[in-house]
Amino acid sequence: MASITITDVSKTYPGAKAPSVSGISLAIRDGELIVLVGPSGCGKSTLLRMVAGLEDISGGEVKIGDRVVNRIDPADRDIAMVFQNYALYPHMTVRENMAYGLKNRRTPGPEIEARVTEAARMLELGPYLDRKPRALSGGQRQRVAMGRAVVRQPSAFLFDEPLSNLDAKLRVTMRGEIRRLQKRLGTTSLYVTHDQLEAMTLADRLVVLNEGRIEQVGAPLDIYLRPASTFVASFIGAPAMNLLDAELDGARLRLGTSVIELGQLPGAKGAVTLGIRAEDLVPSATGLPFRTDFIEELGAQRLVHGHIDGQPLVLTLDPAMQIDSEMRLSVAAAKLHLFETSTGKRIATAARSGLAVPQPA
Amino acid sequence: MNRIKPFDHIILILGTLFMCVPVLVAVMTSTHSAVDIHMNGLYLTPGDNAVGTYQTVLTRQGGFTGQVTGLTMLMNSLILGIGFAVGKIVLSMAAAYALVYFRFRFATFLFWIIFTTLLLPLEVRIMPSYQVMSSLGLLNSYTGLIVPLLASATGTFYFRQFFKSVPDELLEAARIDGAGPWKFLIDILIPLSKTMMAAIFIIMFVYGWNQYLWPMLMTTEERFFTLMRGIKQILQVWIGSQIPDYNEAFALAVLALLPPVIVVVVFQRWFIRGLTESDK
Ligand SMILES: Nc1ncnc2c1ncn2[C@@H]1O[C@H](COP(=O)(O)OP(=O)(O)O)[C@@H](O)[C@H]1O
Ligand SMILES: [Mg+2]
Repeated sequence: MASITITDVSKTYPGAKAPSVSGISLAIRDGELIVLVGPSGCGKSTLLRMVAGLEDISGGEVKIGDRVVNRIDPADRDIAMVFQNYALYPHMTVRENMAYGLKNRRTPGPEIEARVTEAARMLELGPYLDRKPRALSGGQRQRVAMGRAVVRQPSAFLFDEPLSNLDAKLRVTMRGEIRRLQKRLGTTSLYVTHDQLEAMTLADRLVVLNEGRIEQVGAPLDIYLRPASTFVASFIGAPAMNLLDAELDGARLRLGTSVIELGQLPGAKGAVTLGIRAEDLVPSATGLPFRTDFIEELGAQRLVHGHIDGQPLVLTLDPAMQIDSEMRLSVAAAKLHLFETSTGKRIATAARSGLAVPQPA
Repeated sequence: MNRIKPFDHIILILGTLFMCVPVLVAVMTSTHSAVDIHMNGLYLTPGDNAVGTYQTVLTRQGGFTGQVTGLTMLMNSLILGIGFAVGKIVLSMAAAYALVYFRFRFATFLFWIIFTTLLLPLEVRIMPSYQVMSSLGLLNSYTGLIVPLLASATGTFYFRQFFKSVPDELLEAARIDGAGPWKFLIDILIPLSKTMMAAIFIIMFVYGWNQYLWPMLMTTEERFFTLMRGIKQILQVWIGSQIPDYNEAFALAVLALLPPVIVVVVFQRWFIRGLTESDK
């Protein structure tokens, strides 16, 4: 068990013009499951691999427990890693795969046997111990990869998109298993994924990365409710948050042909980006004029795509609710998100209450 | 499944005959006496001289000094073939391992240099090679026979391509599992390369087995003679009215055929199993 402290870490690959990871600082508490999430190429793997010791650290410092590990070999960092393509040794049986790391550490035979048996029991791999990886399904292989990490009893688990090669259903199951295992063992974990749903469901805390920088760190729900930037707003949550061009005029927010009274003065004026989650929009007698384009059925709810004053907008509605080609929508005042248009940063606003019913301008 | 197509079959049968009949002729003819062969030419039917001929060929003290038997020659050929194959595999594997996994500067450039220089056939460098061996005092020795031919561009190339196809994650997993370069090679890479090694073993064994010019240059003592030279030797005794021992030449040729066939059959099974099982 250990904490992981990342201080101002950067990475520039040899020959690359721009750094892949720049100036990241992050304190991971003992036993915490942190998920690094972001679009492909944002530097998640690079950061993880620097913690693992598979990439040199160009700048900054990584500490595992109290030990600075910048110059320490991966084998001696007391971490275990699970890879996207499992990276099992194809010529070894499941048992040998799990035991290999322990053997190299000269763990006594009976101890290895006990740990492998325990891990196999925990991961329900008992019947497969003497099979080669090729005789296993994708989900089983991934469990073996996790078993290989578990038997080592490391201070930290590192996962690099471990579920991306699995089909959607299995991914949900395995997600649950990883969560359960991690809670049970209480091992500090760093988990990389590009799947925001996986990130939301697994994380104690989420770290949203964009172009090698941290956009936001926080509990999944906090990030969902108060995204720090338009990037986070559009990346976390499905469907993505609606982002609309609007204009601030004192406490009045002008959106196309409508005006929303904000009640208080926000700390900005002029052009802003207004963010509204799809589920926060409700049909009402008066409000934003919405034209329906098409509907996506999700079963429990439906996604209604359309636009207001030429700007695309999505809302989720109960399937029982009637949908007209033209509707009027309003939104709770507390559910309005304002972002600076130029930087995409969130504009802090005091808590508001009541329904913001937009009026025609 | 498919309809039987007579024409395809005829072509296949003709091809098989084309490949097999000469071998059959050699086997059959070797069981007749030299005189019969001289009078009647080649045979397609078995004769009654088989045991005698093969016994003579394997055990008779022949040659100039009367020191060399067929068995010795068989041994020598085997030593040459196996020495070649094993040596080439070890050497080219080591070279490829260095080229792929140790990122030194100009590794690719270096590889292409090795590749191009070694593409030159042995015959081009046979005199200098001979001279080097001669001044090292290695003429008439197995070392001299084998070592100069061990460097293999083809082998290095194959192993390099294979190592490059092994996923990086496997190396990384091994590093995290505490395997250093040496352990990674022994525990992971070599077991994974089995099929590759089987393939190269087949090729190189046959290559070594069939060497003729190089052993002839390197060895003058008859106890180093290989089968290939033995066959030649028998046919060279045309002195006066003496009939060459055709039967013995054929018997030797048949004997010379067997080990490569065995090697191919055995290793091919490995090789194919490896191919069908492999997922890296
Ligand atoms: N070995 C490498 N050499 C050079 N550039 C690399 C290497 N690995 C990754 N990169 C670059 O670094 C950036 C981040 O990559 P990565 O960390 O793999 O992204 P992610 O895992 O978030 O998809 C990308 O732009 C990628 O092209
Ligand atoms: Mg990645």
